[in-house]
Amino acid sequence: MKIEITLPQIGESVTEAVVIKWLKNVGQDIEKYEPIIEIITDKVSMEIPSPHTGKLIEKTVSEGETVPMGNMIAVFDVIDVVENNRPTDITIPDQSIIGSISDVAAVGPTGGEFKDNSLITEDLPKQTREDKDIDKVISSDLEKNRYSPVVLKLAEQHGIDITHVSGSGQNNRVTKKDVLNHIDKVNVDEVDVKNTITVASDDHFVTPNPFRKIIADRMVESSSKIPHAWTSVEVDMTEVKKCIDSNRESFESLHKIKLTYLTFAVHAVSRALTSNKYLNSSWIDNKIVLRGNVNLGIAIAGLDGLSVPVIHNADGLGFLDICKKLSDLTMRARKGELQLNDVEGGTFTVNNTGTLGSILGGAIINYPQAGIITTESVVRRPMVIKSNNKEDIQIRSVMNMCLSFDHRIVDGLEASSFVQAVKKILESINTRTNLT
Amino acid sequence: MPIVSVIEAVRDTIRSEMKQNPSVFILGEDIGARGGVFLATDGFVELFGPERVIDTPLAESSICGIAIGSAVNGMRPIAEIQFADFVWPAVNQIVGEASKIRYGTYGKKICPMTIRIPYGGGVRGGLYHSQSIEVIFSHTPGLKVVAPATAYDASGLLRSAIRDDDPVIFLEHKKTYRLVKGEVPSDDYTIPLGKAEIKREGEDLTVITYGLMLHYVLQSAVECEKLGISVEVVDLRTLRPIDRETIVKSVSKTGRALIVQEDTAAVSISSEVSAIISEECFFDLDAPIMRLTPLEIPPMPFSPIQESEYLPSKQKITSAVSKLSSI
Repeated sequence: MKIEITLPQIGESVTEAVVIKWLKNVGQDIEKYEPIIEIITDKVSMEIPSPHTGKLIEKTVSEGETVPMGNMIAVFDVIDVVENNRPTDITIPDQSIIGSISDVAAVGPTGGEFKDNSLITEDLPKQTREDKDIDKVISSDLEKNRYSPVVLKLAEQHGIDITHVSGSGQNNRVTKKDVLNHIDKVNVDEVDVKNTITVASDDHFVTPNPFRKIIADRMVESSSKIPHAWTSVEVDMTEVKKCIDSNRESFESLHKIKLTYLTFAVHAVSRALTSNKYLNSSWIDNKIVLRGNVNLGIAIAGLDGLSVPVIHNADGLGFLDICKKLSDLTMRARKGELQLNDVEGGTFTVNNTGTLGSILGGAIINYPQAGIITTESVVRRPMVIKSNNKEDIQIRSVMNMCLSFDHRIVDGLEASSFVQAVKKILESINTRTNLT
Repeated sequence: MPIVSVIEAVRDTIRSEMKQNPSVFILGEDIGARGGVFLATDGFVELFGPERVIDTPLAESSICGIAIGSAVNGMRPIAEIQFADFVWPAVNQIVGEASKIRYGTYGKKICPMTIRIPYGGGVRGGLYHSQSIEVIFSHTPGLKVVAPATAYDASGLLRSAIRDDDPVIFLEHKKTYRLVKGEVPSDDYTIPLGKAEIKREGEDLTVITYGLMLHYVLQSAVECEKLGISVEVVDLRTLRPIDRETIVKSVSKTGRALIVQEDTAAVSISSEVSAIISEECFFDLDAPIMRLTPLEIPPMPFSPIQESEYLPSKQKITSAVSKLSSI
């Protein structure tokens, strides 16, 4: 009877072997367990014993050829085959009689040793008969892809592909512990993805104060919930500067308040918002809430970090009132004396980054408002000025204003028309402007 | 609490039960004048008189027959079988009669007797003084079989056995008699029959055992801990009815079970425990159930070398545990 001889699976991690040399010739009679072929895997070289007594009729692989485990290597004419519908019994010899392993330590792919035996150094009795019986039962059950019930159960419960779990058990078997470790590792990996900050030995941790934590939370909330978009304009502040310069002394002596660029900007924004209502709104529960009042928040660096006091009903206030409110809030913010109602109810925010020397910024919106605008540094620089159809270069005082806006609520068109409105108001200021 | 040996715990408990309850009496070979071959009833005849401490002929069948008759008629006999190896003539009385009295009388009669049986080997006792006989009784519905391993359990379980209204086979491992000592409260405590106990908690593997083997298993568990294997130890304590709940809970947690017993494997307590695990823990198993038992040969050998080789030992248990944990 002719049967196919296959290359036995040797260890779970080995998938293929290279044929070094045939040890038998076609036509030769071969005894069961006689070495027939020498192979080398990525780990060891070994002789494969014949699984049967019989005659070698055909070699189906040649020397030097790479053969996947389980592939046919030869055809035998066999006399000792017992009818058996378990082909593995025919093709896989008992692990204990798989050929000689040369030039390697006893950790070969046959994996016949229990790894933990090496841990026991004292008083180990020689294997008893029952021990050997146990070995036999276990190794026969540990063929490839045999998983224990609990491993299958856990894998199903946690949606794990067991083939991706590396096994630490006998013959690389995946154990319950391996699956549990895998689950832990996946969980840790997920956390790591979220938090990839690494800490070096010379780094140190600072626990943020409660204000810092609130700011952090709000920034995260805003930047994660609001799809920010940005636009900016440059505003010619030359005339505003002249206005300030000519009115400073009288204004200050009269009102005991400093006249600043910010006042003009805040005033201009409050006016521009009345005609650009969608910038003075919030996106709440898939609805846009248009705010009835312009309550203008002013971002101020205070004792405890950033605070945003609010000028309520700024659209109804004149220049002087805005100026007074602004001065009052700024002073109290810097001293850390703001009350709760000072910081509540803002509908839009102005952030005066110019005092810090900044010329461009992309601020994070004060959630759930629709926008925040920065007033950057007023810079003296050359500018092309057109008058009477004639262009020339002049030194002007120029300020950038950068708007961050909630792109769910408005598009670039509305955003631009708003910043253009602000720009227009500011550029319409002159020395004769009524500062009341 | 005083520290006493297992035999002292047994002696104190019988004495205390006899003092409390006049219907309790003892009978057996050499238990009176000799005080019992293991001195379990030393001084009892002086204390309670020959009517309550009855020396019998060498006739185990009669000892048990008398016990059954008196129990059915309202007494609470404690019969002593001198060695488990001698119980066989009494098996008809115990298995054939005592176990069936409640059932056979429509519950009108009960048989509240305790049969104390020193059993087990490892004492160089040879063929006739080393036998494990628990299976024949554990197989029999109508009997309760108790096998304590510690002095505390021996006392609490013996008290429960004497007070129980059904026949209880009380197995005392003779090697534990003087080898094992422990704290035993002087009060009247009982331990419920049919309850196993986790003698050591662990995570990686459960060893289920009873009797003398418990102590080897506990010693081995300490060694295994050093090897990085956390072993949970279940002491069955009662062999019938067996405590399925504790076995299932522990094996479901660890996923691996080793059963260690002094008795041979085939059709034994380990077979029953293994069946319970297969029935109830299958989907929590991470490895095949393993048993560590002696060779399947007729007797425990008399030769000291062979006896040691025959019995499970601390080293063999450690070896089996590390093997099972590495699968």
